[in-house]
Amino acid sequence: MYKYMVRRLFQLIPVLLGITFLSFAMMRAAGSDAVTEMYGEKGAVSQEIIDAKRAELGLDRPFAEQYFSWLFGMLRGDMGTSYVSGRDVFDTFASKLPATLFLTVLSILTTVIVSIPLGIVAAVNHDRVIDYILRFISFIGNSMPGFFAALLLLQLLSIRLKLLPVISDGTSLKSAVMPALTLAISMSAKYMRQVRAAVLEELNKDYVTGARARGVKNSIILRKSVLRTAMLTIITLLALSVGSLLGGTAIIESIFMWDGVGKLAVDAITMRDYPLIQAYVVWMAIIYVMVNLITDLLYHAFDPRIRQGNLQA
Amino acid sequence: MKEYTIRTQKIKKNTVKLRLIIFGSLAVILLLCSVFSEHLTPYDPYLQDLSCAKAPPSAAHWFGTDRYGRDMLSRVIAGSRASIYSTLLLVLIITVIGTCVGVFCGWYGRWIDTVLMRISDMFLAFPGLVFALAVAGVLGGGLQNAIIALTAISWPKYARIARSQTLAQKEMTYFKAARLSGSSTLKIIIRHLLPNIIGPILVTSMLDIGTMMMELAGLSFLGLGAKPPTAEWGSMMSDARSLLTTVPWVTLSPGIAIFISVMIFNLLGDTIRDYADPKSRR
Repeated sequence: MYKYMVRRLFQLIPVLLGITFLSFAMMRAAGSDAVTEMYGEKGAVSQEIIDAKRAELGLDRPFAEQYFSWLFGMLRGDMGTSYVSGRDVFDTFASKLPATLFLTVLSILTTVIVSIPLGIVAAVNHDRVIDYILRFISFIGNSMPGFFAALLLLQLLSIRLKLLPVISDGTSLKSAVMPALTLAISMSAKYMRQVRAAVLEELNKDYVTGARARGVKNSIILRKSVLRTAMLTIITLLALSVGSLLGGTAIIESIFMWDGVGKLAVDAITMRDYPLIQAYVVWMAIIYVMVNLITDLLYHAFDPRIRQGNLQA
Repeated sequence: MKEYTIRTQKIKKNTVKLRLIIFGSLAVILLLCSVFSEHLTPYDPYLQDLSCAKAPPSAAHWFGTDRYGRDMLSRVIAGSRASIYSTLLLVLIITVIGTCVGVFCGWYGRWIDTVLMRISDMFLAFPGLVFALAVAGVLGGGLQNAIIALTAISWPKYARIARSQTLAQKEMTYFKAARLSGSSTLKIIIRHLLPNIIGPILVTSMLDIGTMMMELAGLSFLGLGAKPPTAEWGSMMSDARSLLTTVPWVTLSPGIAIFISVMIFNLLGDTIRDYADPKSRR
């Protein structure tokens, strides 16, 4: 286990280097840097001033050197300043992150509460009416784009029923309901399917038939054996779906005016504020990679077969 | 007991074929709609007529009109061109690029395989749409750039599948026989390898059409795809979303169009998967 952890951590290094390199290279490819953004509007600035400023910011140095100095700056929490507001990029990003994490956690909780029981019910009632109904609902949720669901919820809950505010006022729980619900709809639909498949696979194993033959109650088989083993897969799948959630928040946050990093990124994109976009891409990827790492390690720590070294990690 | 299982399997097989026909023809209808969209629109989708602006759905305008008096039914039909056509183009591009990279990696192995697979690892390390958002942001808006952005994040999945399939086929006897008989590399790849690995790849791409359609529309919704006044479902929804209170049909009709199209392609994808691999059906 310890060996596996060390190996996994070492594998992370090239991935993290790759993420940062790709993000850096992409922004360079955009063909615009801090200096052109700074002087672009004023127009008639002499070439000498531009060159001097470039030298001052280190933009005339070779690409690889720029990348490494940017990378080390990033490790110290220095990602430059925003072209638009002139504020420190890392601070801006860090100040908006809690709102997004709050939204993410809230929608994951909703997803868990909704989809795990429903997935189990569908699996247990395999190929019966209730299974078909639940599969149909999950299918509908799966085919519904997040922004369409968001607008439907807005129309229904805010405009028709006037239950919730149309535009969020800061980051209160009340204004978090709709964005979290929207994110949870598509996530629950996808996840319910996976829970159902995981439980069904476990139910089809020989030991379940054996237990049934010995006269063990179905509810006991389900609770003591099936769910216990299936839960490992279920939790892993949940953590892996965090990725699509992190990407999806951008659209939902900008619809509901939720003041998180997703909205920050979309605004930055419209303003062509490259340092902010860069910070968003790099940090979301790092968060995602870390979540996957923790999931992987937990999976290995909790699976007794792997823990005891009977199975190859 | 045995008799019973065989019989149920037979019944299921039949429904798969029936579903394949139904959903396949629905998808073809959608496709034809998008190809011949110009001839199907009852009105000019770009013609502004302020005298009947914001008209609710009626016999003359089935889906109502938007704030410039443009007929929504015509705009939704015209939008199918951008939405469905570009989604299919996108999926085709991803499939071709991913398959080429994957076959190349599996075939040559060695350092080039390691390098390309590490690169695909990097792309897979970005969560969902995050990287696509940034690519579209850097390249600027436009449907073409949105397609490039989504291609950038989606090819590694196909490369992975194609590579593992290629590696598996390389161990097969027929494959070794083909090499021994002195066929050229290109001939082996086209005549022997591709027909044997294309199945799982095609199933994956069919299953991806719905997701890609939603993601492309999502980028357009954020203003990073097709730009107004071009009729595209995602940007049409975004365009009218401030008027959701007063003229909901302008937002809802393209939304329903996306929803139905995604649903049809998802149903078709599921059916094709069941058809190709009956074991996965549950």
